[in-house]
Amino acid sequence: MRRARILIAAAALSAAASMPAHATLNVFACEPEWGALASALGGGDVSVYTATTALQDPHQIQARPALIAKLRFADLAVCTGAELEIGWMPVLLRQAANAKVQPSAPGYFAGAEQVQLLEKPAVLDRAQGDVHPAGNPHVQTDPRNMRIIAAALAKRLAEIDPAHAAGYAAREKALDDALGQGIAHWLEMAAPLKGKNVISYHKGWVYLMGFLDMHEVATIEPKPGVPPGSAYIAELLDQIPNLKASMIIYAAYEDAKPSQFVGEKSHLPAVMLPFTVGGTDGAKDLMGLYEDTVKRLLAGLGASGGRS
Amino acid sequence: MSNHHHPTMSAAARRLAAFALPLCATLGAASPASADDDLAAVKREMQQMQQQYDAALKRLQSQYEAQLKSMEKRVEAAESAAADAKAQAGAAQQAVTTAQAAPAPAAPAAAPQPAAPESQASAAAFNPAIGAVINGTAMSSNHNPNNWRVPGVMLGSDAKPPPRGFGLGESEINLNANADQAVFANLTLAFERDNTVGVEEGFLQPTALPYGFTVKAGRFFSGIGYLNEQHSHVWDFVDQPLPYMAFLNTQYDDEGVQVRWLAPTQMFLEFGGEALRGDAFPSGGSENHHLGLGAWSAFVHASDDIGDSGSYSVGLSNLWTTAKNRTTTNALGSTDTFTGTDRTTILDGIYKWAPNGNFAQTYVKLESEFFVRREAGLFYPPGGAPQGLRYSSDPQTGFYAQAIYQFMPQWRAGLRYDQLHAPNLGLAFAGTTLDDLGATSRRYSSMIDYSPSEFSRFRLQYNLDRARPGTDNQFILQYIVSLGAHGAHQY
Repeated sequence: MRRARILIAAAALSAAASMPAHATLNVFACEPEWGALASALGGGDVSVYTATTALQDPHQIQARPALIAKLRFADLAVCTGAELEIGWMPVLLRQAANAKVQPSAPGYFAGAEQVQLLEKPAVLDRAQGDVHPAGNPHVQTDPRNMRIIAAALAKRLAEIDPAHAAGYAAREKALDDALGQGIAHWLEMAAPLKGKNVISYHKGWVYLMGFLDMHEVATIEPKPGVPPGSAYIAELLDQIPNLKASMIIYAAYEDAKPSQFVGEKSHLPAVMLPFTVGGTDGAKDLMGLYEDTVKRLLAGLGASGGRS
Repeated sequence: MSNHHHPTMSAAARRLAAFALPLCATLGAASPASADDDLAAVKREMQQMQQQYDAALKRLQSQYEAQLKSMEKRVEAAESAAADAKAQAGAAQQAVTTAQAAPAPAAPAAAPQPAAPESQASAAAFNPAIGAVINGTAMSSNHNPNNWRVPGVMLGSDAKPPPRGFGLGESEINLNANADQAVFANLTLAFERDNTVGVEEGFLQPTALPYGFTVKAGRFFSGIGYLNEQHSHVWDFVDQPLPYMAFLNTQYDDEGVQVRWLAPTQMFLEFGGEALRGDAFPSGGSENHHLGLGAWSAFVHASDDIGDSGSYSVGLSNLWTTAKNRTTTNALGSTDTFTGTDRTTILDGIYKWAPNGNFAQTYVKLESEFFVRREAGLFYPPGGAPQGLRYSSDPQTGFYAQAIYQFMPQWRAGLRYDQLHAPNLGLAFAGTTLDDLGATSRRYSSMIDYSPSEFSRFRLQYNLDRARPGTDNQFILQYIVSLGAHGAHQY
């Protein structure tokens, strides 16, 4: 069969052309925060590919074949879980032909499964928008979650790659110390934010609110994942004077216009937060993510004249 | 607006206070009491306290983690004991209940806790993911859709526009799950408007094959082309492009085995082949002709990203089918019969672009496929020569190009042009289905759709259809609603 010979020759050629090095553990990170965490814990022992950027809505990622090709090589997939990636990750997992990273295997790690999720819906009804049955998956916004997840991920790395276990443990300790000190520092910085009310664009901040003891009193999205219509915005604007909010917050990947519009109309500062690593220039790594988030919130509070 | 001061949070805060206060007292007693209020000293002290607090917190966390682990183990042990012997079931159940009823370890602070294990007590926990799609249309057209035809081409039974007036389109139910540690299975039942139910797809797929291989066995949409594998509810238009309608009876769906190999390359490069039964149009007569193995396919797909914003995919596919006494209904309602072979070659290309690769706001999707199809064999028109007309000619060609633009969240607009060309077979075929009438079939489509969420879509489409002689203005309204399991979408 001439046809078959051509296929095989082409396949062999392409395989030879770009065989990746297998010296390091290949990590496929679904979102930038997990890419940053895997890099911090893995150092030179891992090679990290991050599937999405901070400017992409993690709910709406295309199951691009390029991601399938990357997942094929992965020894470990680090994702959020809690159905955040349900629109795209199952396609990648099914087509990547990689048994190592299937959800039941040690090579699949879900950050949200390591911590207690909040806002678990009591009633599952899509009339409530695109709700996540397991709870709010955006766990990375609280550095205390990140510490717990870091410890679990370091354990998992050591399990998969025992040869470098000492390295993972040492880097976990260093990161944990840094986050521990960071938490004290950020809480001290954020003292003026304590007890303040905010309006968020998407329900993506419950863990940050818990960390800084702030309150989300309204969202600009009428339901999670549903963009606001003008009637809803008008209703929200009527309510805002009673909400005693200090500012509006939205993520770097979200459309700024609705938040800025509500901000202008209600004379509240609209504050863009990085949401994940890479969302802003300041959020270059995990430490920068939290530092920049607190700084931006403080700047927002300053702009609102400390109103609450 | 709900107040987000959760009661359990304040309980946790109280526990934090209960934990932190004795710690403060201890530290206070131990620290040297300086006479003057040295701010720096206090700050240093606070920092020390914070560090000790953090350390204690971590210690407690790991203790609780270990406790939880051992409790989990106990639960597991109890459960496996229950499975082993029915007699022990009662006792094991008690152990489980005890373990579950044991108070959750009190959080030392309002800090997040590691996740507690969740029990899956009910048998329903193993139900497969269940999804249903309801699809309906309303159409107005100048010409009767049932007489739809493409001059010069024999058509399968599904190759026609939606029915006039209101009509339930193809609705489906999908079940899928891992059958066990080795196999994933998927079943899609399609319900037609005439109350027939068909198995659209029913296949299993081993989950742990090595070296980048994946295998599908059962009934499935062939991996040829780009659109062939896509279920109707994710199409960007109500109907399939002309070459899919005419050459593949909208989609090639058959029984057999598919093997794909994903090359170990940084870009996506996939080779695939299928051995198929050959019962679906353009195959036919599988039982008595080719012993249930009448169709083959081979395809290659390559894809990569272009920066953060763009991505492309290209593919080349071939489908070989054989037909023995395949019957098709022609425009006059009588039956054409064909015995021979059919080879369809498809070249596909897709390009997607979104600002920074963020598809939530706006995006563009360009898509085109080019078909070349050669049929060779004997054609038996109704009432024609019993020995048939020898039919082998220049290829038929088909082509479509379309652009979809999401101009704001929830709203998309699209344009499509498709055409089909059949060669002129001469006088011997005049007046038969294979008479091309000297024209190329063309269609111009535009659509706009609104999707309140990922789970529903409403679409208005206009086709200027010149597939058959004359012009047909088709206005189609469509709704597509998904219930249940959240399906993931192919590229």
